[in-house]
Amino acid sequence: MFSILAAKPKSSERNKTGSWRSTKMPRLLKKECINCGLCAYICPEGCIEGKDKNQYSVDLDYCKGCGLCAYICPKNDVKMVENQPQGESKEK
Amino acid sequence: MKKEHFQENCYVSGHTACAGCGQSMAVRIVMNTAGKDTIASNATGCLEVFSSKAPESAFGVPWIHSLFENSAAVASGVETALVHQGKKEGINVIAQAGDGGTADIGLQALSGMLERGHDVLFVCYDNEAYMNTGIQRSGSTPFSASTTTSPSGKHSTGNPRPKKPMVEICAAHHIPYSATSSIANPKDIEIKVKKALKIKGPKYLQIHVPCPLGWRSDPSQSIDVAKKAVETGLYPIVEYEYGKLTKSRKISSPKPVSEYLKLQGRFRHLLKDAKALAEVQQVADKNIEYYGLK
Ligand SMILES: Cc1ncc(C[n+]2csc(CCOP(=O)(O)OP(=O)(O)O)c2C)c(N)n1
Ligand code: SF4
Ligand code: SF4
Ligand code: SF4
Ligand SMILES: [Mg+2]
Repeated sequence: MFSILAAKPKSSERNKTGSWRSTKMPRLLKKECINCGLCAYICPEGCIEGKDKNQYSVDLDYCKGCGLCAYICPKNDVKMVENQPQGESKEK
Repeated sequence: MKKEHFQENCYVSGHTACAGCGQSMAVRIVMNTAGKDTIASNATGCLEVFSSKAPESAFGVPWIHSLFENSAAVASGVETALVHQGKKEGINVIAQAGDGGTADIGLQALSGMLERGHDVLFVCYDNEAYMNTGIQRSGSTPFSASTTTSPSGKHSTGNPRPKKPMVEICAAHHIPYSATSSIANPKDIEIKVKKALKIKGPKYLQIHVPCPLGWRSDPSQSIDVAKKAVETGLYPIVEYEYGKLTKSRKISSPKPVSEYLKLQGRFRHLLKDAKALAEVQQVADKNIEYYGLK
C-alpha cells in the first residue's frame, strides 16, 4: 500500500537521455566561439559546459539533439550533424 | 563579454522532457537563478512528471509534488511553517504549475495565496493546454488553437474562447509583482525571477514555454516560435506592480500573426481561412493597443 515517496536530489542523472537522439546531434566547431555562454545557458538538458573561447563541450550522454544550441549561437559555431548514437571521437 | 553561467546547478540532466521542451529550458533558468536556498512545490503536469520519474528527481533543492490543484496552497503552508519557526529569512519559496494548474483547477488556491499575502513566487509555465494528459484545451489556450478538445474542422476553427488574462487577474489582487516572460528572451526569465525574489509578498510570473509536441512545432524552433509570439503582439511581455501596469516590452513594427501561426500545426487550419486569420490578427492588434506595445 505504502512505498517510499522521496527521491534523492539530482538522482535523474542516472537516466542517460542521450539515447533519445534520433537524427541529429550538435557539433561545436570551436572556431568562432566568443565564450558568450548562451548555448550552455539555454540547453534544456543542461548538458553543455565551458569556460573559455572554443572550449565548450556537449555531454552526449544527455543531449537529446533538439538543435536549440545551434539556433542560439550568435557565431554559427554549433552545427547539427548526423547523429552517432555513441557520440563522436574527441578529436573531431 | 559576460558569460551566462549559473553559480549553482539546481536542476540537472536526465529529466524526461521531450527534446526542445520550452518548459524544461525555463525551469532550469528559474531554479538556477533562485539557487539552493529554495523550497519548491509543484502541481501535477508535464514538469512534475518529467522532473520526477520515480524514484528519481532532477531537482537540487527541496521539492514537493502537491496535487494538480493546490501548488499555491502547499507553498503557502511551507512559507507559514518557515515563518513560525523563525527560518524564513533567506529562503525562497516557489510554487510551480502548468497553465491548467494555474488558470483552471489551481486558480482558487492561487487567489487564496495572493489574498493572504504569502511571501511566495508563483511560476506558471504556460504551454497553453493540458499537455501531460494529451493536449486538452485550458483556460490559457489561445483563441483558435486546435487542441484535442477544441479540434479544428468543418464546423470549428479551433478554441472558440479567448485566452484567460491571468497576469491581470493576479495583478487585480494588488500584489507587489505580476509579470509575463518568455523563452523568447531566456535572460528575461532570470532578470524577472531575481527581481521577484527580492520583493517580500506574493509574486506571479507567467512564462511562455513552447511545447513542440502539443503545438506541433519543430523542437529546434522553440525559441523562434516564442519570439514570434512576442513580435506579433500575441504574447505581451508586461509587468504589473501593485495593480498598475509599469512596463511593457515594445514592438515597434509588429509582424503579421501568420509569421507565428505558420510555425505550428495547432494553427495550420487558419492559414487557408482569411476570416479566421483576420480574427486572430484582431487579438494581436487589441493587445498592442491595450498594453501600449508600440
Ligand atoms: C484533480 C485532478 N484532475 C485531473 C488530473 C489529471 N491531470 C494531470 S496533469 C493534467 C494536465 C496538466 O496541464 P497543465 O497544468 O497545463 O500542465 P502541462 O502538463 O501542460 O505542463 C491533468 C488534467 C489530476 N492529476 N488531478
Ligand atoms: S542539441 Fe539540444 S540537448 Fe543537445 S546540447 Fe544542444 S541544446 Fe542541449
Ligand atoms: S553560443 Fe556559440 S559563441 Fe556562445 S559560447 Fe556557445 S559556441 Fe561559443
Ligand atoms: S509534452 Fe510539451 S510540455 Fe510536456 S515535456 Fe513534451 S514538449 Fe514539454
Ligand atoms: Mg499546460
